[in-house]
Amino acid sequence: MTSAIDISRRTLLTTTAAAGVASLAMPGILRAQAPIIKIGILQPVTGALAYDGQQGQIGAEAAIKAINDAGGIKAMGGAKLQMVFGDARSTPEGGTAEVERMQAEGVAAIVGGFASPICLAASQAAARYDLPYIVDVGVSDAIVSRGLKNTFRFGPGFGTVTKTALDNLTKLNDAAGKPAKTVVLVHEDGLFGSGLAKLMQAELPKRGFEVLDTIAHPTPSRDMSNVALQIRAKNPDLVIPSSYYGEFALLARTMQQQRIRPKGIYAVLNGAASNFRFVKEFQDAAQFVMDCNHWHDPRKPVAEALRKQVEASGKFWTYNIPLNWSCVALLADALERAGSADKAKLTEALAASTFAGHIMPYGPTRFTNGQNEGGAPVNTQVQGADIKVIFPADFADAKAVFPVPA
Amino acid sequence: MNATRAYLPAVALLLLAGLIPVLVAANTVLNFIVFTLIIALAAQGWNLLGGFGGQFSFGHAAFFGTGAYATAILQARYGVNAWAGFAIGIALSAAVGWMIGYLSFRSGLRGSYFALVTLAFAEVFRILANASAFTGGAAGTLVRLDMRPENFQFASRAVFVWIALALVGFVLIMTIAIGRARFGAWLAAVRENEDAARALGVDVLGVKLKAITLSAGVTGAAGALYVQYYLYLDANIAYGAWISVEALIAPIIGGIGTPLGPVIGAVTLHGLGELTKLFAGRIPGIDLVIYGALLVAAIAFAPDGIMGLLRKAQRRKDADKATDQNVTEGTL
Amino acid sequence: MFAPDIILAAVLNGLMTGSVYALIALGLTLVYGVLHIINFAHGATLTAAMFAVYVAHTVFRLDPYLALVIVTPLFFGLGYGLQRFVIGPASHGEDRNILLVTLGLSILIENAMLAMFRSDTRSIDVPYAFSSIDLGFTFLALPRVLAFGVALLVALLLGLLLTRTDTGKAIRAVAKEKTGAALAGIDVAHIYAVTFGLGAACVAIAACLLMPTFYVTPRAGNAFVLVAFTIVVLGGMGSIPGALIGALFIGVVESLCGLFFGESLGQIGIFLIFILVLLVKPTGLFGARA
Repeated sequence: MTSAIDISRRTLLTTTAAAGVASLAMPGILRAQAPIIKIGILQPVTGALAYDGQQGQIGAEAAIKAINDAGGIKAMGGAKLQMVFGDARSTPEGGTAEVERMQAEGVAAIVGGFASPICLAASQAAARYDLPYIVDVGVSDAIVSRGLKNTFRFGPGFGTVTKTALDNLTKLNDAAGKPAKTVVLVHEDGLFGSGLAKLMQAELPKRGFEVLDTIAHPTPSRDMSNVALQIRAKNPDLVIPSSYYGEFALLARTMQQQRIRPKGIYAVLNGAASNFRFVKEFQDAAQFVMDCNHWHDPRKPVAEALRKQVEASGKFWTYNIPLNWSCVALLADALERAGSADKAKLTEALAASTFAGHIMPYGPTRFTNGQNEGGAPVNTQVQGADIKVIFPADFADAKAVFPVPA
Repeated sequence: MNATRAYLPAVALLLLAGLIPVLVAANTVLNFIVFTLIIALAAQGWNLLGGFGGQFSFGHAAFFGTGAYATAILQARYGVNAWAGFAIGIALSAAVGWMIGYLSFRSGLRGSYFALVTLAFAEVFRILANASAFTGGAAGTLVRLDMRPENFQFASRAVFVWIALALVGFVLIMTIAIGRARFGAWLAAVRENEDAARALGVDVLGVKLKAITLSAGVTGAAGALYVQYYLYLDANIAYGAWISVEALIAPIIGGIGTPLGPVIGAVTLHGLGELTKLFAGRIPGIDLVIYGALLVAAIAFAPDGIMGLLRKAQRRKDADKATDQNVTEGTL
Repeated sequence: MFAPDIILAAVLNGLMTGSVYALIALGLTLVYGVLHIINFAHGATLTAAMFAVYVAHTVFRLDPYLALVIVTPLFFGLGYGLQRFVIGPASHGEDRNILLVTLGLSILIENAMLAMFRSDTRSIDVPYAFSSIDLGFTFLALPRVLAFGVALLVALLLGLLLTRTDTGKAIRAVAKEKTGAALAGIDVAHIYAVTFGLGAACVAIAACLLMPTFYVTPRAGNAFVLVAFTIVVLGGMGSIPGALIGALFIGVVESLCGLFFGESLGQIGIFLIFILVLLVKPTGLFGARA
């Protein structure tokens, strides 16, 4: 069985070597330099969630590079961060196996997970070793309600996202003179879509909207014609879709084909509405689609610079990138304050964190039971070839176009 | 073959495997072993029906998921003790096995038709579990982390290895016993030629039903074990096609219809998976490309599974020995 | 309750979706009818074909309908080669081994696509993607109407090929009685490979018809396979008209179930029909004796 241990060590070597963090490219220099802190980056880069995982990885790698280029962790003698990458293979057990491996490699903390099931299982596995775990996206509120001391979520959960989405929708509608009264909810039938739809169904009537219908669809869906038909039959003022990229792109295209034009499409945590690929490839279908989602803070130059850098490399900008970038930066800040990679000290430093150097529009972090209280989504709208922030007003870079001109 | 010779290799192997957690402290390895054993157990269940009984199921997820959901829901929703939940989970999956078996065997479904109907049942379960509030819907069911033995949760991964090993060992010995019993002979008869078996007075439907019930119970136990280990479950984990495929592929690779086949198959496949991760490198998917290629190569060069390969090697060795003897005798 | 025009529109949608299912099911049923195996790599083959269409469009600026002329023979060749040089030799004539080989191939193909194209959702933009025919009560997307026509045509041509040509007769002979066909001088290995090639060609055509309105990811093909299984069983394994009518029927059922029970639960409708057919009349609507 020693060979198995050997394998994992070699896996580390191949992954880190292949990871090619630019600043660590030359092993000769590496040896001569300051100590190294290993951090685990867990993302599903194969299987059903591979796209999101790969996007998340881009953000994490960029952050590690930025931190190392800026002199590493100064409180620890300029220690460099070294990525131990793990492919969660889009399954909880894949995530767990990688956590075990990362623990064996001696990582100081783990960042990532993306999907809620992976985050749930992986943070639990990390909890066995009191290994700090920072959730990048995973919006299920079960993640931070289990009383796990090691688990921190930087971004907002379901509850916060839905509440913000509803508040902003009400404001938007009021400002436009209440053109929207009726709603059809479209959601994917997984953890994320169903959870949101349930909350929406309960909350929308309280705010004066009538929910005409709730349509669930599986992921992947082969055809959205029927969903479009049902929307047409109900003829709502507003369509609220919560789906992954492929299905929403399909729905938006089908609605365009069928000439279904509600007064607004107001997506929540949508996979496509805040994705530049969608905007670029289907500009007509994407026009004026609003989304309430994770988004970077456009006021921060670091965020915009990162976006340019990502786009220059031919990749599309998605929220996974700034979220993971920020999570790694948050970890680096905690390392700086703890002055050590000791798990207990690091956990303590994370819990006490008031970190403002991230690139999300959250303000300084405040953790309560592992949840960053400042984490909140923003509202974006596709306008022309760009995605603009329309809410909150203090850093919006465009005005909302609602109702959509006929 | 006498009883000692039949059971000895299996028991020796189990005892050896039981030593691993004592010798290896690395949790990475123990975690790998537990997951592999869960798959092995699910595969042992499949092998009882598919290997010994010749009824290929593509839907063992139906049993895995039922065992898993029952264990999880009983704990999370009704506060039932985890060990009791585990037992009830096994019983319920056995019941589901009997039901699916009754419906499909009574209609005379065999071969690809049986395979497809099991697949469809598993899919129906998956969709229902994903939509119904009872199973937690798409949000899944979470078992509270509370590491105490009475909760079937252990701080040490080693204990889990032993429990999984005990279950795999129990089924292994049960399988060997079945192979030596009259029931095993009936199963073989049904597998080889159903009509002939019936003509000989074998209660074909009864034998098949017994096999599928037992098979479902064993695979259900694997599901229940999964939940106790990972403490989280959703419809795609429980009733997804992945586990149906895992349960079927391990025995075929290891040696279909042999007691040790599923275990050896699961260890080989997952060992192979770990091995190919070495080649993962920067590009996601490369390791799985190699895995797929190795799988095809394995079938090309070991068509009867690893047990078949071992048997062949044994025979060749015996033959060599025989030739050696001849030569020696000749020179004398 | 829905207005009659909505229901009619749903039926038309179902027919058009069903026609694409038909092409995928035709490939599956043909391979099943002759080789008596379930081809697990069918979904991955579809994905590969969709990527081929995507590459043809983005790199060579080829319209997906024009690409049909190139991709279809290409996939016939690939399918032929795969069966002749990989699946056939590797499986030693054992059904369960063929199953595993195709499973291994599907893992290989899917992840090769992942490694090559990454997991991005890709689609192609054609000028006629949003053209539609106005029927007054609904709009029919032009690409889907075209898909419907082509699918019917392909089914007809496949039927003619099987009944009117020497190769077709050989395929049917091998399907019925392998040993007898071999004795009559038919090269069984060749016929197997031709059948597999035809299956892959059907999938390639389906890919060309899908791409103007659908998207492709390394796992896109999987979504179509399970439903294709259902159709093959419903129509009777190995039956060409069965697959066609079964596919149109399933398309309509899926569409109506989706309308009345929601898209997610609507899928159950398909599987319940599937189970019922299997339990009551396992030979399907058009199948020969099992």
